[in-house]
Amino acid sequence: MMNREGRATAPTAQDSEGAVATFTGNRGLDIEEPLIFEVGSTEVTGVDIDLPEAPENRLGTLAREQGIGLPGLSEPEAMRHYVRLSRKNYAIDLGIYPLGSCTMKHNPRLNEKAVRLAGFGDIHPLQPESTVQGALELIDTLAHWLKTLTGLPAVAMSPKAGAHGELCGMMAIRAALEARGEPRSIVLVPESAHGTNPATAAYLGYKVVSVPAREDGTVDPEAVKERLSEDVAAIMLTNPNTCGLFEPDVREIAEAVHEVGAYFYCDGANFNAIMGRTRPGDLGVDAMHINLHKTFSTPHGGGGPGAGPVVLSEALAPFAPLPFVVHDEDGFRLVESLDDDAAGEAFGRMTAFHGQMGMFVRALAYMMSHGADGLRQAAEDAVLNANYVRACLKDTFSLPYNHDRPCMHEVLFDDSFLKGTGVSTLDFAKAMIDEGFHPMTVYFPLVVHGAMLIEPTESESKASLDQFVATLRRLADAARDGNTERFTGAPRYTPVGRLDETRAARHPILRWTPEQNASQAAE
Amino acid sequence: MRYLPLTEADRKAMLKRIGAKDIDALFVDVPPEARLDSSDRPVELPRRRSELEVERTLTRMAGRNVSAGAVPFFVGAGAYKHHVPATVDHLIQRSEFLTAYTPYQPEVSQGTLQYLFEFQTQVALLTGMEVANASMYDGSTGCGEAVLMAERVTKRRKAVLSGGLHPQYRAVVENLSHFGGSTVHALPPALNGEEDIVSAIDSETACVVVQTPNVYGSLTDLEPIARAAHENGALLIAVVTEVVSLGAVRSPGEMGADIVVAEGQSLGVGLSFGGPYVGLFATREKFLRQMPGRLAGETVDGEGKRGYVLTLSTREQHIRRERATSNICTNSGLCCLAFTIHLSLLGEKGFRDLARLNHHNACLLADRLSGVKGVEVLTPTFFNEFTIRTPKPGAEVVEALAQKGILGGVPVSRLEPTADAFGDLIVVASTEVNTDEDRDAYETALKEVLA
Repeated sequence: MMNREGRATAPTAQDSEGAVATFTGNRGLDIEEPLIFEVGSTEVTGVDIDLPEAPENRLGTLAREQGIGLPGLSEPEAMRHYVRLSRKNYAIDLGIYPLGSCTMKHNPRLNEKAVRLAGFGDIHPLQPESTVQGALELIDTLAHWLKTLTGLPAVAMSPKAGAHGELCGMMAIRAALEARGEPRSIVLVPESAHGTNPATAAYLGYKVVSVPAREDGTVDPEAVKERLSEDVAAIMLTNPNTCGLFEPDVREIAEAVHEVGAYFYCDGANFNAIMGRTRPGDLGVDAMHINLHKTFSTPHGGGGPGAGPVVLSEALAPFAPLPFVVHDEDGFRLVESLDDDAAGEAFGRMTAFHGQMGMFVRALAYMMSHGADGLRQAAEDAVLNANYVRACLKDTFSLPYNHDRPCMHEVLFDDSFLKGTGVSTLDFAKAMIDEGFHPMTVYFPLVVHGAMLIEPTESESKASLDQFVATLRRLADAARDGNTERFTGAPRYTPVGRLDETRAARHPILRWTPEQNASQAAE
Repeated sequence: MRYLPLTEADRKAMLKRIGAKDIDALFVDVPPEARLDSSDRPVELPRRRSELEVERTLTRMAGRNVSAGAVPFFVGAGAYKHHVPATVDHLIQRSEFLTAYTPYQPEVSQGTLQYLFEFQTQVALLTGMEVANASMYDGSTGCGEAVLMAERVTKRRKAVLSGGLHPQYRAVVENLSHFGGSTVHALPPALNGEEDIVSAIDSETACVVVQTPNVYGSLTDLEPIARAAHENGALLIAVVTEVVSLGAVRSPGEMGADIVVAEGQSLGVGLSFGGPYVGLFATREKFLRQMPGRLAGETVDGEGKRGYVLTLSTREQHIRRERATSNICTNSGLCCLAFTIHLSLLGEKGFRDLARLNHHNACLLADRLSGVKGVEVLTPTFFNEFTIRTPKPGAEVVEALAQKGILGGVPVSRLEPTADAFGDLIVVASTEVNTDEDRDAYETALKEVLA
């Protein structure tokens, strides 16, 4: 097979639809795209570099002699390669992305413009503080918004992602306990928690004790109290939780936890549901990470980067990690070393430098654009949209918890409506792709069998939701009517058919090697 | 509000369909004493502002910073100013890349998955290793994870860190180890002298962590250290904060490293005041299942057609929970894309030429600065960064240079405030962006400052 440049591509399978198989493997605008290693050459470059005539060498004995094997593309070749790849992706700018627990909302381009201002994008973390006063002011302003929205007095800005923030918050708790001379050994984690919660607690050497959910999907304060003791360091509670419910007894849980001298860590992944409607500080939270990228709209970029600042209560504030910004009459300053008098009982450092400036700029642009009133409206619309989807689908899909309580920003269904149809949850998800929708989160949270978690977010219009709901209803009807071919053969209209994930895990191929090709992969 | 599509009429109709009397009815589970639904308890923050107003405010803040491109710029120590081709930023802003999520549904995420597969291959080639993951948060957190991985592999709990490791990387490792209950033996700061590390390795050592070029710019031959580590059953973790150096110097894999972690910011990503960056993480195939982070792998669809998926997730927290290899559940996706596009544009030829030009410019600068009275270059071999000693405290010199519009480097006292003997040292970096005029300006300003 040859691609358009006349270079060899991997062999392409025959078209199964009975349609005419093309000679190229391309299907109109759906163009096969080989790897850069199959089209590029080590001699080709897309960057012109003015080399000095007599380059110097002070590399000693360590000069590289071996080749590397890096393929190069000219600028037009690179442009086509990556534009073609981009066309094989679903994205929020193309349509609804209702992944529960992931919060795929509109990404305003003002944020992208702001982050690319030279005064933010092109400054070095270690240039003199006198030359970055505006950047430090921005961090300080963002910190103020986060503290005000959460009602907590301190914030650690440097964690690089939500899970990194969890680690930071739990380290602050551990540091506070160490300062009290009480190591403690247990962390309580409800069954419905993100997997990162138990992973974080275990990393810090804690024994993880699970708290089961009660019938309605929320945490029973009595179940917490039964497990509390003087040896419990903290509870890690997600609120709103991953079943899309607000924990109604959160204050009672917080009080019970505090009574035994333990701390309340809140997984704030879902803060977007409640911002402006309640403050975690008023709920008794001691530490909570905020996924800036989710709540305040950094594009996900195919998986990251994110940012996970952690707000801290009075009790934990002195232990906030380095670095942090302070200011006095001379302006803003960074506290970067434990030897700095202002470092207090800071527990150490989570990362080199000062955190995800790129996300800080985007988050502040988003916050200022919404204002306090708009953030609250965004939370309300997110909750309204989720409850609307729930109301429109509850007679067709199945709700795992039989109650009439509202959900928050996401709605959880299970797959019992597919029972006996021969259609699996995954089949259903893949059929949605053929209809032009990204599927919801499937199989998560783990506490519900065949979970389907839908998070529409505030950026979907009513018309968009109506179309989404109508499609899901028709798919559910098709499954019940025994039209299984539509599901088991899905997806049909994608660049590749359903991929064999088991094979990928059993025979890992994680990089290109010269002799490798698709037929070998298929063996 | 321009970002919110619902109209008041929509909201009313939707509440009716739900059967709720008003929006407050959807927040009934929030304890009454913690509710902000009445007008007497608003959050005390400004109200919404137009696009124009927000842009003005942020532009004003940005204007208070001196950007790297606006002045002669020589700051490094873990983050570097390089030229990024215009094509890179254009491509990463394609909506389909920018606003895609984690590729959980591979059939509609082949764009992301294929570039991650390409990225992993490039990283493996650059580092001279067999496999690489789909990135870490940054180099420093990657370094911390590498130490944890070495502890899993060797079942030992002690890390030996060289005196040339970036002090902020050292701080990350020390912090993780403190809370994880393992031991760190960090050698005192040293410009060269990595030989000391060999005598610090013993039968308890899980890993030896060596940065090259180190934070002071010195290049280190890893081979004797790798040998000593392996003789004692320990792993060698090589740290590279300037990935462009790999175009000019031998790869850590060739010199015997078991795990290579690098900061990939130099290619495609930009300075951004410290983040987001992209951590590169590579190792030998036999350690694959102990490697943290996300992986893209090749597979086939039902008709044998090649495609890519996220794989080996059984190591990860969403499946193994408290038994996972790490608590990490993301990667630096978009930064991987920027990195891989920049490196594809360079190709082997461009990458090696870029490295030569960096090295050349740094050599020219070292010669110019060592000609200034009282200034001494302390690093005999280096790539694009070296350390100078000045007759005045480094922090004062750097600040005085900044007042003259030259960003002249990082005073070592900022990185190692307690290393008193290093108070008059400055780490100076030079890349392809520096011109003869920049070097003239630096030399002239430095003479004035030291006069």
